[in-house]
Amino acid sequence: MSDNLMEENIGGTASEDVIASQMSDENIKEEEVSTQISEPLDPNALLEVRNLKKYFPAKKDFFGRTISYLKAVDDLSFKIEKGTTLGIVGESGCGKTTLGRTILRLQTATGGEIYFDGKDINKLKTAEMNALRPQMQIIFQDPYSSLSPRMPVGDIIGEAVAQHKLVPKSQLKEYVLEVMKSCGLPYHYYERYPHEFSGGQRQRICIATALALQPRFVVCDEPVSALDVSIQAQIINLLKDMQEKMGLTYIFISHDLSVVEHISNKVGVMYLGSLVEYASTVDIFDNPMHPYTEALFSAVPIPDPDRHSNRIILSGDIPSPINAPKGCKFHTRCNHCMDICKEVAPKFKDYGNGHMVACHLYPQD
Amino acid sequence: MVKYVIKRLLLGVLILFCVSFIIYMLLRMMPGDYVTRTFTANPNSELTEERIAQLMEIYGLSDTPVVGYFKWLFGSAETGSHGAILFDFGTSFVYGDEVTSVIADHMWISFALTLFSLILYFPLAVFLGIRAAVKQYGAFDYATTVLTMIGISFPTFFFSAIVVRVFAFGLGWFDTSLGLQSSGLINPTWWELFIDQAWHLVLPIFVVVVLSIGSVMRYTRTNMLEVLNADYIRTARAKGLSENAVVYKHAFKNTMIPMVTVLAGILPGLFGGSMILEDFFGIPGIGKIAYDAMNAGDIPFVMGYNVFIAFLTVISMLLTDIMYVVVDPRVKITK
Repeated sequence: MSDNLMEENIGGTASEDVIASQMSDENIKEEEVSTQISEPLDPNALLEVRNLKKYFPAKKDFFGRTISYLKAVDDLSFKIEKGTTLGIVGESGCGKTTLGRTILRLQTATGGEIYFDGKDINKLKTAEMNALRPQMQIIFQDPYSSLSPRMPVGDIIGEAVAQHKLVPKSQLKEYVLEVMKSCGLPYHYYERYPHEFSGGQRQRICIATALALQPRFVVCDEPVSALDVSIQAQIINLLKDMQEKMGLTYIFISHDLSVVEHISNKVGVMYLGSLVEYASTVDIFDNPMHPYTEALFSAVPIPDPDRHSNRIILSGDIPSPINAPKGCKFHTRCNHCMDICKEVAPKFKDYGNGHMVACHLYPQD
Repeated sequence: MVKYVIKRLLLGVLILFCVSFIIYMLLRMMPGDYVTRTFTANPNSELTEERIAQLMEIYGLSDTPVVGYFKWLFGSAETGSHGAILFDFGTSFVYGDEVTSVIADHMWISFALTLFSLILYFPLAVFLGIRAAVKQYGAFDYATTVLTMIGISFPTFFFSAIVVRVFAFGLGWFDTSLGLQSSGLINPTWWELFIDQAWHLVLPIFVVVVLSIGSVMRYTRTNMLEVLNADYIRTARAKGLSENAVVYKHAFKNTMIPMVTVLAGILPGLFGGSMILEDFFGIPGIGKIAYDAMNAGDIPFVMGYNVFIAFLTVISMLLTDIMYVVVDPRVKITK
C-alpha cells in the first residue's frame, strides 16, 4: 500500500469517528471539523494530535449517570515535527499534565485522534500499545514518588529494556551502565535504591529509565519543577544533549516560561483545556498575540534592574473547567473583552508563519 | 543492630513484669477462687471452716494479692517453687503437673491446627486481595468483599455449630463425637492414628480458614489499592511493562511491607491456640486447656499461659521490626 493511500484511509475513518463523537456534543461544528480532518497527515510530523478530548466525569446523578464533565483537554489539535521540541505552557489546572498523559494513552482519550508515526494509538490493542511504549516515553514531574522504592536503580532502568528485548540478556547490564553513564550517573549507583539519591539524581534516573528504551518521542511533564534552580539547568542541558544525540522529539510541559523559551522550537499556550496560541518560540516571545499569552509573558522576571516590566495583572481566578465560560473561555479575565467574546468562541486561526491564535481581536474570516 | 535487639529484649522483660502483675491482680479479683469453686461449691461438701482455711493456705490464696504476686515471681520456701523469674511457674491446680510441661504437652496440637489453617488461608487471602484491588468495584471485588465479610461477621461458636450440623450430623462425613480421636479405634497403628486425627482436624481448620480469610484479604486489598495509585505504578505502565509485571513485581512487592506486620501478629496465635474453637470441637489444645483452667481459677496455669502469650507477642514485635529492614530497603535500624 502506498503512503498516500494509507494516509487517506486513516483520514477517512478518523473523520467518521469524530463526527460520531461530536453528535453528542452541544456545539456541532461538523463541517469545519470534517474538512479539517480529511487533510492528509503531515509526513514530517512524528506526532499529530487532532481534536483531542479528555473529559472526566464530575457529577453523577442518583442512578450513577454522569451529568457533567470536567473538560481537562477540550478539542486540541497540533503536530510536532521530528527532532523538535514543543513547549506547552499554562497555569496550574489548565490540563497540561492530562494532555501529556492522554497522548501516551496512560489515560484513555474521550475523543479525537493521536497519530504517532502514522498510527492512531487510540485504536491500538493493549498488547500493541505496550509494544509501542518504548518509542513513546514520559518523564514525570515528581522524581520522588515516580520511582519504585523497592527496586535498585539498575533494575528500574533495565527492567523494561529486558521485557522489550531491546538488547540481548547477556549485554543488559553493560547497556544499562552505558545509559547511566550518558545520563551522568556513576556506575556504582547500579545496586543502590532510589531513596539514597537527591532529587536531581532521581530525575537523572527517571531520564535514564525513559531513554534506555531508545524512544523517539518523550513527554517531559514538568521535569524540573520539583528541583532546585541550580539543578534545573543541569537537567535541562542533559535533556538537550540527549535530544541532539538520539534525535529525540519532545513535548515539554512547564509553567516556567524561561525554561520553555530555552528548550522549545514551538510553544503552545493552554487555557482551560484549549490552545489559545501556538507559534514558533521566537514568534511567540517577540510578538504574543493573545491577551492571555501577553499577561503570562509579562510575569516572566527580567534579570535586569534597569528595565521595568509592564506587568499585566489578570483579575480573578481561573474558572472551573467543569463549567467553562461560554464563548471565549478567557473572557472573564480578559482586559480586552468585547460583547462578542461572551457569546461566540473564537476560531483558532493561522495569522501567518504558522502563528495560530484564538481571539476576537484579530479578523475571524 | 545487635545493640538495638538487646535494648528491645530488655524492654520486653519490663513489659512481661507489668503484664504478669496486671494479670495476677485481675485473677485474684475474680469472684470465686479455686478452693471455693472446686470444694465448697459442691452442696454435699462437708468441709469445715478450718479445712477451708487450710486449703486456702496450701494453694497460696490466703496471701494478699501483692504478696501472692511476689511469691509467684520469686518463689517461696513453703511451696518449694523457684519462682517465675527462674522459669518455674509452679504446679497447675487443675492438672496437677508442672505448668511448663502442661503447656508443652498441649501446645503442639494447637500449633498444628493454626499452622495448617494459616498455610491455607494466608496465601489465598493475599491472592484474593490482590485480584479484588486490581479489579476494584468489579463483580469479583464485590463478590469477595461480601463473602469474606460474612466470614468475618460470624462468631466462632455459631459458625462451628453450623459446620458441625451440616457436615457431621447432616452429611455424615465427619465424626460427630468430640475430641481428636474416634472412639472405635482399638490398638491403632501410628498411621491409622495420624489419619484419624487429621480427619478430626478438617472441620476446625475449615472454620479457622473461613473466619480468618476476610481480615487479611481486606488488608491486602486496601494496601494494594494505595500502591496501585502510586506514581511509580504509572511509571511502570509507561515503560510498557506487562500487566502481570506491574501488579506482582511492582505493586505487590510494595504491599508486602505492611503485610509483614499482619504476619508477625499471627505468631502468638500460632502457639496460643483458640479457646472457643478448641473448646467447641473438644480438641485438647492449649486453648481448651487454658479455658478450663481459667474457669477453675487455676492461677499458676493461667499466669504461665498468659506470660507465654505475652512473651510470644514481644518476640513477634521485635521480629516485625527486623523484617521491616529485610523487606524495605529504606528502613535502617541505627540505634
